[in-house]
Amino acid sequence: MKDNLINYTLHLADNALVMGQRLGEWCGHGPILEQDIALSNIALDYVGQARNFYQYAAELISGDATEDSLAYFRSDRNYKNNLLVELPNGDWAQTVLKEFLFSTYQYYLYQQLIKSSDARIAAISEKSFKEVSYHLKWSSEWVIRLGDGTGESKSRMIKAIEETWMFTGELFEPADFDSEFINLSTIKNSWQQKIVTVFQEATLSVPEAKSWHQSGGKNGVHTEYLSYILAEMQVLPRTYPDATW
Amino acid sequence: MISTDKISVKKVWTILHTVTDPEVPVLTITDLGIVRDVKVEDDKVEVIITPTYSGCPAMDVISMNIRIALLQEGITNISIKQVLSPAWTTDWMTEEGKQKLKAYGIAPPHYKQVVCEPELFGKEEAIQCPLCNSYNTRLVSQFSSTACKALYQCNDCKEPFDYFKCH
Repeated sequence: MKDNLINYTLHLADNALVMGQRLGEWCGHGPILEQDIALSNIALDYVGQARNFYQYAAELISGDATEDSLAYFRSDRNYKNNLLVELPNGDWAQTVLKEFLFSTYQYYLYQQLIKSSDARIAAISEKSFKEVSYHLKWSSEWVIRLGDGTGESKSRMIKAIEETWMFTGELFEPADFDSEFINLSTIKNSWQQKIVTVFQEATLSVPEAKSWHQSGGKNGVHTEYLSYILAEMQVLPRTYPDATW
Repeated sequence: MISTDKISVKKVWTILHTVTDPEVPVLTITDLGIVRDVKVEDDKVEVIITPTYSGCPAMDVISMNIRIALLQEGITNISIKQVLSPAWTTDWMTEEGKQKLKAYGIAPPHYKQVVCEPELFGKEEAIQCPLCNSYNTRLVSQFSSTACKALYQCNDCKEPFDYFKCH
């Protein structure tokens, strides 16, 4: 069904855009220059992924839809990203943990989507997968550095896990539009294994598997955080909707 | 001046050989392997390109420069199409392109299967310093001034340099 394809493409685009927008907040504020630049580069990769998916969605929707109208003129109830990506950056530990959890998810997701029957999604996934491999490596190494670091870095990682873990379940919860494109339970196992492996090396404990989790993002029911992210991102085009470069 | 000669595919490629990468102006888009195909039908020219990195901001500029280069040669019916698959890889960079990079001070990419090591904290393949040619170099960060480059430092001559990441 075409509506499902449109909604699934928007979901993939929204995840990338919100994640990119959040990481962009670190630009100029990183603890050291090389890591500031690393995060800015990762954020740029996400914006690139988002553009590719929004362009496809705009073609599918046709009419007046463009990548810009989809990014800047939809409000939060119409955004389909997972709740995880809209969480605040917090401190460095929270940021690298969120990046680790999300890039592990994207790694196994794109690995599957490369085989998608939809040629465009397969092509975008093939491209994104290479970049995500770098994201995963970067964030895994940071989780290990901080987890197996000093007393302070470890306690910050533990706090980050406590605050973020309840948002990971939603990654694998199917919405009504995605089951024909991806079987989320197949990537859940790989995701869990990766988390366990890296946490073990980081001397961090993995939270219990059956813990309760937050959800709703894929259906447009978001936290307050998304409203602030979109307000900042959309204020200019909404104020001057006819502006051109 | 509008050319009255019939446009040939070869002529278009010659024009494309002059379009440079806006970030690394010693490289042309053909050195980079960005141009996938050229089709000519009567007076219509179609150039098919593929982006390097998803978020690469140079791609829009490159498209514009292709258009300008073709217009300057009298070609007006132009279509520039971006295809994502097969995905661009540093393996498509020409040997000539790699030499130009090195002369410019950027270490050229190694072959993919040798360098892209997913192992965490894994020992990276030795990258040669483009300035003093020593292999005694270290990785500073996988992310450097642009999406396509990593930052290295030479332990011998102490100079930092960019490395065009394998992709």
